[in-house]
Amino acid sequence: MKLLTGNDLASGDVIWWTGSGWSRHVADAVDVGAEGDALLASESAARRVNAAYVIDAEATTAGPLPLHIKERIRASGPTVRADLAINTEIPIVKA
Amino acid sequence: MYSYDKFDQAIVNARVEEFRDQARRRLAGELTEDQFKPLRLTNGLYLQLHAYMLRVAVPYGTLSGPQMRMLGSIARKYDKGYGHFTTRQNIQYNWIKLEDAADILADLATVEMHAIQTSGNCIRNISADQYAGVAADEITDPRPWAELLRQWSSFHPEFSYLPRKFKIAVIASTQDRAAMRLHDIGLELVERDGVVGARVFVGGGMGRTPMVAPEIRDFVTEDEIISYVEACLRVYNRYGRRDNKYKARIKILVHELGADEYRRQVEEEFAQMKALKLDPPVEELARIRAHFADPAYETGLSDTIDRSDPDFALWVDQNVAAHKQPGYSIVNISLKPVGGIPGDASADQIELMADLAERYSLNELRVTHAQNIVLPYVKTADLKALWTELDAAGLAPANLDLITDIIACPGLDYCSLANARSIPVAQKIAKRFTDSGKEKTIGELKLKISGCINACGHHHAGHIGILGVDRKGTENYQLLLGGSGAEDASLGTITGPGFDENGIVDAIEKVTDLYLAQREGDERFLDTYRRLGMAPFKEVIYG
Amino acid sequence: MGEIVNFREDAPASEVPVSLEAFLGASNATAVRIEPGEDARALLPQLDRIALIEVSFPAFGDGRGYSSARILREAGYTGELRASGDVLVDQVPAMRRVGFDTLAPNAPIDRAVMDRMLTLYDDVYQKTVDGRVPVWAKRHPEAAHG
Repeated sequence: MKLLTGNDLASGDVIWWTGSGWSRHVADAVDVGAEGDALLASESAARRVNAAYVIDAEATTAGPLPLHIKERIRASGPTVRADLAINTEIPIVKA
Repeated sequence: MYSYDKFDQAIVNARVEEFRDQARRRLAGELTEDQFKPLRLTNGLYLQLHAYMLRVAVPYGTLSGPQMRMLGSIARKYDKGYGHFTTRQNIQYNWIKLEDAADILADLATVEMHAIQTSGNCIRNISADQYAGVAADEITDPRPWAELLRQWSSFHPEFSYLPRKFKIAVIASTQDRAAMRLHDIGLELVERDGVVGARVFVGGGMGRTPMVAPEIRDFVTEDEIISYVEACLRVYNRYGRRDNKYKARIKILVHELGADEYRRQVEEEFAQMKALKLDPPVEELARIRAHFADPAYETGLSDTIDRSDPDFALWVDQNVAAHKQPGYSIVNISLKPVGGIPGDASADQIELMADLAERYSLNELRVTHAQNIVLPYVKTADLKALWTELDAAGLAPANLDLITDIIACPGLDYCSLANARSIPVAQKIAKRFTDSGKEKTIGELKLKISGCINACGHHHAGHIGILGVDRKGTENYQLLLGGSGAEDASLGTITGPGFDENGIVDAIEKVTDLYLAQREGDERFLDTYRRLGMAPFKEVIYG
Repeated sequence: MGEIVNFREDAPASEVPVSLEAFLGASNATAVRIEPGEDARALLPQLDRIALIEVSFPAFGDGRGYSSARILREAGYTGELRASGDVLVDQVPAMRRVGFDTLAPNAPIDRAVMDRMLTLYDDVYQKTVDGRVPVWAKRHPEAAHG
């Protein structure tokens, strides 16, 4: 599956496309399929997201999980600061 | 230390308003991200993995107590309660909002600080020896030259869109504590016939093509240094490669032209520049120099240290350096506690260090390229009281220059360029060598970790270096041996195939065990490596 | 071509500039255009007959044109010096400092923003070719400069 992600223009927060808006939690993300580029253009133009791009992910029982470690860390928060994590349940290194 | 006059203050204040305007236009959609990016970068604002990151300049690593306190206040007010001291002697904050950035700059301006040119393809913060002004071995304080260069480079109109970033370091000792020859321009102040001038090295750097800078000129006097450096930059701006960002640093230009041809072109340009009278009068450097005059040292102070507390004695031996003035000491505060994040300090710790500087160090601190803090003016008689307060705040690891005093970039935990995490590896190594008790036995060993080829963690210059790479989507770590960023500058050599996170820790234990078995006399790890060569180290790792 | 931003007292040249190669050939053109990779010093022997030098900025991040401009002014060129191409409003102050006196931007420049940007800084740290007195000279009015 494909997810659309970026950072909030004003706050810089990592955000994920939910189908109708943006969420801080990757679990809320939806598969954008082939629509990623079109969404990216319209959402960037609307200034709701900065530096957006499409990534690969897999569906899991806990929700979408990015395939690449960099995106997993974006979804979880820094692995060395559990106190600042968004979600410590996200596996960083693939099993 | 330097303090602003009305001109400096007005320029920094104007910058705040300029950036406020630019950020507002970006938020209003008048600027695209492509257009805004170079503007925010020249003001130190990155978009990192989790948020915007703001890098604040600490010119040549020198700070006053109130400036340090403001850094703590910003961490508390605008960030998540901490900051990260960097290998460029700066501090960066990881969780900044674009909406707040101009307000932060306004706060910084109240204590004569800014984020000007802490990123982008321009002349970056000038770095210097962290012991400047107090080192027993320096011929003069290098910071007046660094301040002269800071002012000259600030908003330099010709060099705002260089092929790539540009870093300058200034030292004035034969002992190099600032990795001077690994800079785009390194200046070593030397004395000739009673006159101080600069030896100029151009084209050093780390990154994916590390190079030790060749000497381009053996002596430039203070009344010509600006026009000479201007000539160095103009040749680079005109002829540095712009076709490939990985070949755009000046080291590639100097390497491809050859040092002789680059020198010839610079001399030609310099001859023209001199005629234009671009250099400030010598009175200007004298004015700046007056700001760096020695403080009114007390005399007749005792140099005796009560070593009855063994933990304190250990810290004195490891973290306190000789001061040029009898009765005073240079104190290194290690930001490398076992289990901590190299270079990170909490708002509380930053504010405490500000207090301690005011009470014990004539109101001054330094940031080192090894991501530690220095209190440069501590009375030797105060060491015990100071240590007691540091220790209570977790700021007294006695590990300066030991294997646990690791330089590490933020790596994939924070950085959008990284390929692998650096911090967890640093933590595992620190734990392994603390648990085994070998840290002290090994002695000086500079271990440096970068999470990608850009080498912010200076891995090429580590006695032991680690480079994180992405191997088919998993983190992998290459090991390098034999680098140095000091006066014996050299570049490390990769041992061979890389390791996973645990494997790299094991490999480091093997090479240090070999060193302990083979060392002669008081050889450091680096000396033994240089004597034996790579082969036996490779053998113990892979054999 | 879009609107030209003019900082000169006379009107911008209307002649269409020729390439450096054409100019250096048997041309009697009085307007020439130089690209980022071209050596501005090639024009120095003929500055007297030039009314317009247009310096091209194909991308705003390519800063070679700043050196070209300053070199021409340092050599005494007083004719029109035009920055053309990807010229953005936040670059105008630096362009003025290296000697540009007209701009031909691809996209129109917001004059109100430009005027604000041009008046933000009362002082500058470097001596360039725009005649502004650097702060070091103001600090030492009595000193013999240079």
